[in-house]
Amino acid sequence: MERNQQLRRQLASMRQSLFDQGHLDEQFILLEELQDDANPNFVEEVVTLHYRDSARLITTIERALEKSPLDFNKLDGYMHQFKGSSTSIGAKKVKAESTQFREYCEAGNGEGCLKTFQLLKRDYATLRRKLEAYFQVLLCMG
Amino acid sequence: MGGSMKAPEKEILGTKMNHRHRPKITALVVDDNMVVRAIHHRLLQDLGIENQVAVNGKEAVDVHSSGQYFDLILMDMDMPVMNGIEATRKLRAMGIRSTIAGISSRSLEREKQEFMEAGLDDYHEKPLTADKIVSILHKISNHSG
Repeated sequence: MERNQQLRRQLASMRQSLFDQGHLDEQFILLEELQDDANPNFVEEVVTLHYRDSARLITTIERALEKSPLDFNKLDGYMHQFKGSSTSIGAKKVKAESTQFREYCEAGNGEGCLKTFQLLKRDYATLRRKLEAYFQVLLCMG
Repeated sequence: MGGSMKAPEKEILGTKMNHRHRPKITALVVDDNMVVRAIHHRLLQDLGIENQVAVNGKEAVDVHSSGQYFDLILMDMDMPVMNGIEATRKLRAMGIRSTIAGISSRSLEREKQEFMEAGLDDYHEKPLTADKIVSILHKISNHSG
């Protein structure tokens, strides 16, 4: 009982810090509201889908950024897809960086794209790590 | 952003949709993004709306060519093979009179206008929420009287 209470507190704290640190926005709450007894793992399932989808896109964008000259239309197209998926799970920082990247594409600014992509990858990895830890604690609670 | 539907609203919607003389509303989610499809499918399911998914505009057209009909089509704009604008035009040309709502992350007025002119009944920016779906559904119930 006490362990469960501890886990519950830990979970609440982990969840709150994701919002406080700007990693997640209200869209994540919408996902939580769609979870019920008939769909008990909905949030984790959607997040897992997102990471499967987005990992592929990150690799694609990385390869596209290695080409010379840069094809800004293609880069924008890939990032549009990535942004859509990130927005759907409420990945606030990553979504903002995706928007910035697309603005650099529009401006034909390759250096801006590269710098923003590095930031995006960092925040993407951070959120992924934190969410995986969060779901791990959730699993421990049973 | 978003906000969940309150319980009384869901109840009213459920009553409208499950009325003995009114069949349940059916919907088709058309989006190339698997995460978006999963969320929209669940949103509709939560509202008691039977729904299927299609991964692009061509699949949406093909499913109608096979004889299926949906009260509501949630149509993404940017999709490979056939985008939402082309799919909407094709569906209207086929005589499909379903309520078609464009659901897109595009925010420019001219982009929205082009999509509307293809034959949409409504347009909403992503992310889709229960409140937005309810406002679209009110259009269906208004059309059917």
